[in-house]
Amino acid sequence: MKHIFLKLVIAIFSLITVSFALLIPIVTSPKTFFEFPIIPTLEEKARNIFFHVPMAWISVIAFFTSVFYSIKYLIKKDEVDDIKSSSAANLGFIFCVLATITGAIWARFNWGEFWNWDPRQTSIFILLLIYGAYFVLRSAIDEDEKRAKISAVYSIISGLTVPFFVFVMPRIMTGLHPGSLGDASGKGPLFEAKAMATNMRIIFYLSVLSFTMIYFWILNLKARVEVLYMKNFENKN
Amino acid sequence: MSFVFYVFKKDFHSELRNRYSINSLLMFVMITISIVLFGIVSETSDSLVLSGVLWIVIFFSSMTGLSRSFVNEEEKGTTLFLQLNSKPLHVFLGKFLLNILLMLFINCVTILLYFFFVSDFQVKNFSIFFLTLFLGTFSISLSSTFIASIVAKANTKGALFPILSFPILIPIFISVISATKISVEGKSFSFASSDFQILISYILVIFSASILFFDFIWKE
Repeated sequence: MKHIFLKLVIAIFSLITVSFALLIPIVTSPKTFFEFPIIPTLEEKARNIFFHVPMAWISVIAFFTSVFYSIKYLIKKDEVDDIKSSSAANLGFIFCVLATITGAIWARFNWGEFWNWDPRQTSIFILLLIYGAYFVLRSAIDEDEKRAKISAVYSIISGLTVPFFVFVMPRIMTGLHPGSLGDASGKGPLFEAKAMATNMRIIFYLSVLSFTMIYFWILNLKARVEVLYMKNFENKN
Repeated sequence: MSFVFYVFKKDFHSELRNRYSINSLLMFVMITISIVLFGIVSETSDSLVLSGVLWIVIFFSSMTGLSRSFVNEEEKGTTLFLQLNSKPLHVFLGKFLLNILLMLFINCVTILLYFFFVSDFQVKNFSIFFLTLFLGTFSISLSSTFIASIVAKANTKGALFPILSFPILIPIFISVISATKISVEGKSFSFASSDFQILISYILVIFSASILFFDFIWKE
């Protein structure tokens, strides 16, 4: 029952943000704070930004948490860090799949196809591949310590290539996402451009924040469960 | 520095003795190019498409041969000897040197065969093309040398090498293919400069990371 207050705050906060994101009407001429303006060509589909972007954001954040704990493992050789690293990768994979699906659905109705090999779609696909390769590598090594060490190094090495395709390539290549090369409307992703109204932007940042908190919550739970499994296993032997 | 050369020399001689890597690489290049030729027989193909196909040939040929460098040591049980006798850095650089030599040779053969047989593939700007080829070869052999050292430690080595290499090599492939396309279109050098910047920064990042983390893998 530790941190019950914190948990309640996160739960209520996320609930409110998600219901705002789903329920606030989108009208042509917004008057109050609780009315979103219409973004041309996006309309009701604009709501997806409150879910799709946080998912993509967390799949990258999760990857970097995994890299962080990998570095920590290599320094301290503590099994718990390895568990945290692999749990972060597990969760990141789930969020990555969610980002891909929400993105693909959005792409189907805005750009006409589920998959267009836009630079950002390519980058999320590569992220999926990296997660996949990481799990394959983990399953290919039997000894615990060896597995921890080698998968930590692999996650760091692949983590070094992540900035190339998540941050560099989508901005210097032509594509469909806002912020690609040759996009007239803005110099960055949609939430940096002028297209979003202030209240939309606030809800957007709140949504990113609440999903990030949920992610760290689940990560904490998962890591603790895994540690308990490990201890249980050690006691039996 | 001379230790690097000794590791290189040892690998070079053992490669010359049985010529496994070089033969399998050459055969693989032949096989993939002939499959490409079956695919495009009596059809006119676009040079832009063929520049992507060229890198498919290079990727898969590198995936067949380059993992040998470390897997061999594990299989023959000579890892411990190397660990006792030389520093990790020297081992890595020596093996990297051999891999890059091997890949440069293989890629020269690939290019010659490709130019000779795939007549639709016409390069207009050769300076971009050869610089791309060199940087691409360099970065592919760099990453795959490091991944090979990881794969050598795993219990099941079969398909692991391409699976682990591909996500790490993707930034290279995207920029290398786009630079090759630019060379085929005959545009000026400045169009390809952003691709070269990505390649060079990638090489610097992976090179420093490999040197930093090779100790952890090698001493496992």
